[in-house]
This record gives sequence, structure tokens and C-alpha cells, in this order.
Amino acid sequence: MHAFNYHRPSNVNDAAALAAKSADSKLLAGGQSLVQAMKLRLAAPTDIVDLGMVKDLAGIKSDGKTVTIGAMTRHAEVTGSAEVKKAIPALAVLAGMIGDRQVRNMGTLGGSLANSDPAADYPAAVLGLGATITTTKGTHAADKFFKGLYETALRPGEIITSVSFPIPKRAGYMKFKNQASRFAIVGVFVADMGNGVRVAVTGAGPCVLRLAEMEKALGAKFAPESVAGLKVKSDGLNSDLHASAEYRAHLITVMAKRAVEAAMK
Amino acid sequence: MSAVPDRVHATLRVNGEDQQVSFAPYKTLLEVLREDLNLTGTKHGCELGECGACAVLVDGEPLLSCLELAVQCEGRDIQTIEGLAKGTELHPLQAAFADHGGSQCGYCTSGMVMTAKALLDKEPAPSRERIREALAGNLCRCTGYQQIWESVESAAKALREGKR
Ligand SMILES: Cc1cc2nc3c(=O)[nH]c(=O)nc-3n(C[C@H](O)[C@H](O)[C@H](O)COP(=O)(O)OP(=O)(O)OC[C@H]3O[C@@H](n4cnc5c(N)ncnc54)[C@H](O)[C@@H]3O)c2cc1C
Ligand code: FES
Ligand code: FES
Repeated sequence: MHAFNYHRPSNVNDAAALAAKSADSKLLAGGQSLVQAMKLRLAAPTDIVDLGMVKDLAGIKSDGKTVTIGAMTRHAEVTGSAEVKKAIPALAVLAGMIGDRQVRNMGTLGGSLANSDPAADYPAAVLGLGATITTTKGTHAADKFFKGLYETALRPGEIITSVSFPIPKRAGYMKFKNQASRFAIVGVFVADMGNGVRVAVTGAGPCVLRLAEMEKALGAKFAPESVAGLKVKSDGLNSDLHASAEYRAHLITVMAKRAVEAAMK
Repeated sequence: MSAVPDRVHATLRVNGEDQQVSFAPYKTLLEVLREDLNLTGTKHGCELGECGACAVLVDGEPLLSCLELAVQCEGRDIQTIEGLAKGTELHPLQAAFADHGGSQCGYCTSGMVMTAKALLDKEPAPSRERIREALAGNLCRCTGYQQIWESVESAAKALREGKR
């Protein structure tokens, strides 16, 4: 890897100050995306600010209405958490579907959201549940957070500290995965919030997106057959060696139907 | 800011022994293990998190040493394949991989064995399904996996019967 200056702050204020000090600094969380990018020379930060020793960024709390998860909480902790399994089982299931065991032991919620990989799983839960992302500079509603391919509303130096997920009446997540990396070719998160239904799709577009038509159909009747007949347009969807845009459009309907089935179990 | 970073002087606890090491902060755990501590049992594979050849245990959990900076492991308990045998006596996992053809060219073996060890430390009698899931991040180009799962099952049995 190329050379960089390494910093290990112990609190979030110092981390923010260090991150702000150099224009080419990068925060390091689990390193499962960043270290890879640095090795491929896609990122070449002069300074690395390691969040590993920052207290208060990891942990899971539930108050009956929302589940709040610290940015540095590893995927393995979320999937194994009794609190998450009880309050939002679909979220625990989703975290357990990310990559493999080794990746889940290191990768973090904050890193996944900041990275906004078009095929990442967590963005589907964040948008699907209408979560709130808390940072060192304020809060972001999920609907305004994901901006495009690897692009979010985060400003330089802004650190995600935690994410609050409203507890739905019921929710489900299903993904058609890339067999090698287990990233989503298409993943669909459906959530019946009690006062409306949200449907978020990852893997299909430049970033996670909502499907108004499916939300309306499921709002009228929360059942697999409500979405089974809905055809999704392939315009603007990703096309790559794993799947064409048309195939992805087809998969959205199939995964949405299965996600509703999972939510009703 | 200087382009060449300072060296880090750190104590790494590897296979139960504290080691004083001095290395550049941009070195991965994999590089420090192999180049500075001469523990070459852990292998360089894809270098990008995809193959699991570099898996070691940190605080008992398997992770990819190619994506972990060595500085991030200060004060944590690192276990590598070199720590498994007791003198000339192989760990039951090592013995089973040899006996059942779970290791052929051997390149994936240390990552497989360490990841399997983390599983058996927590679950002494995992199902075939659990073993497959636990090893999903470890690629093998030789065995076709069947022998690897059999090796882990056989080692689990040996460990349950108190061999070691
Ligand atoms: C083999 C493999 C398979 C994978 N499979 C999947 C999969 O199936 N599904 C999936 O969703 N993901 C998958 N991933 C990605 C994995 O989930 C990553 O862990 C995650 O995307 C990034 O999290 P991280 O903690 O490792 O972040 P890092 O790599 O440390 O950081 C990623 C980016 O986020 C920034 N960042 C980190 N923390 C914060 C914060 N608190 N505030 C602001 N910015 C921050 C960093 O500066 C960096 O730009 C896989 C990765 C690998 C290596
Ligand atoms: S070398 Fe680390 S996963 Fe391949
Ligand atoms: S034994 Fe050769 S790669 Fe697994």
C-alpha cells in the first residue's frame, strides 16, 4: 500500500478535527472497502483517521420505538444481537447476509453507508425503514442521504455516529446475490410501518431507490400477490457482466414478492 | 507533512507471546506477520478480501489479515496457523486435513483451518450446513471442498472425544 500518516483518536471530536485538518484524509472503520480501494489505487489518502479506538461509536440500543446502532458496530454484532432479532428481525437477517464471516467480523454499519456501494445491503434497510443517520454535523433522513453511485449527503470530514431505525410492524429482506462476493445483484427490503409501506431496492440502480408503485400496492394489501404482477421498467438500471438491466428489473419483482412473504412469516 | 511516515513500535500478541515489532503504519497485518515476524504460514492470495487465504484469528474471530492494518491489532490476541501444533503433535484440524485430503496444494489451508478453528471453538458439533456457511469466505482451487468439510467434521469429532 502507499504511505500515509496514521492517526488513532480516542474520541469523536478529535477524530473530526483530524479529518478536517487535511483535505485528503480518510476515516478508517472496518477497512473492508477502504483498504481494498487503497490497494487498487482508487483511493490515496495522505492521512488515515482510524475510528477503531473511538469510544461510544459502537453498540446497540432499543427503546421499543427505534433501534439505534452505533456507526462502528460490526455486521457480526448486528446479526447476532438479541435486541435487533427481537425488534427488527429482517435487519438481523440482512446483516447476516453480508459477505462472509470474516467480512462481517470487521465491516461496520457506518462504513457501509458512507461507502454507498450500489450493491450494498445496509442501504436497503436504512431507506426501507426510513432510518435517521446521525453525524457529527447533524442528522440526515434516509430519503435524502443516498445521492448516487458511491455518493452520499455526507460532507468532507463529517462522521456518521449512529443510525436510528424505526421499528416496523413487519419487514422482510431478500436478495439475489452474486455467488462470489455475496453482494446484491438485486436486494429488496419491504417494511410495513403501520401507517404505510416502504420498498427499497439495492443492487439495481446507481444507489438504493424506492418503488412508489409497489409501496402503493402493498399499502392497499400487504400480500405477495400485490407485487407479483407488477413489472418494473429497466430504464436506468445497472447492466454488467452479472446481470442485464432487463434481468435486474425482473429480479426486483421476484425479490419483492419473496421479501413480502418473509415479512409475513 | 512528511511523505514518509514514522515507523510504529508496537507490541503484538501472536500465538500467546508478546512480540515487539517496528513497522510502517501502512503495512497490513498479513505483511507484518510474514515479513517482520517470519510467520509465513499465513498466505497472500487475492490481497482484496475475496479468497480467505490470509485469514487469522484476532480475539478469537476470523478476519482477513490482508485488509487489516497491523497497527489496528495492537493489544489484541492474534492466532496464526503456527500456533496450532503442540511441538510435533498436530492440532486435530491439521491432522484431519492431512488424513482426509482436505489439503492438496495447501495454499488455502491455513485460512481454512483457522476459520474452522474459530467455528469449533464455539460450536463443537456443527452441522455440514454450518461448516459450509462458516467457510463460505475461503476459496479452494484444488479439493472441491468436499474433503475440507469432511476434515472439519472429523476434527470436530476428535476434539469432542478429547483428543487434545
Ligand atoms: C469479500 C467482501 C465481500 C463483501 N460482501 C458484501 C455484501 O455482500 N454486502 C455488503 O453490503 N457489503 C459487502 N462487503 C462490503 C462490507 O460490508 C464493507 O465492510 C462495508 O461496505 C464498508 O464498511 P467498513 O466498515 O469496512 O468501512 P471502511 O472500508 O473502513 O470505509 C469505507 C468508507 O466509509 C468511510 N467511513 C467509514 N466509517 C465512517 C463513518 N463512521 N462516518 C463517515 N464515513 C465513514 C471511509 O472513510 C471510507 O470512505 C464486502 C466486502 C468484502 C471485502
Ligand atoms: S489474501 Fe486476504 S482475502 Fe485473499
Ligand atoms: S488445497 Fe489448493 S487451494 Fe485449497
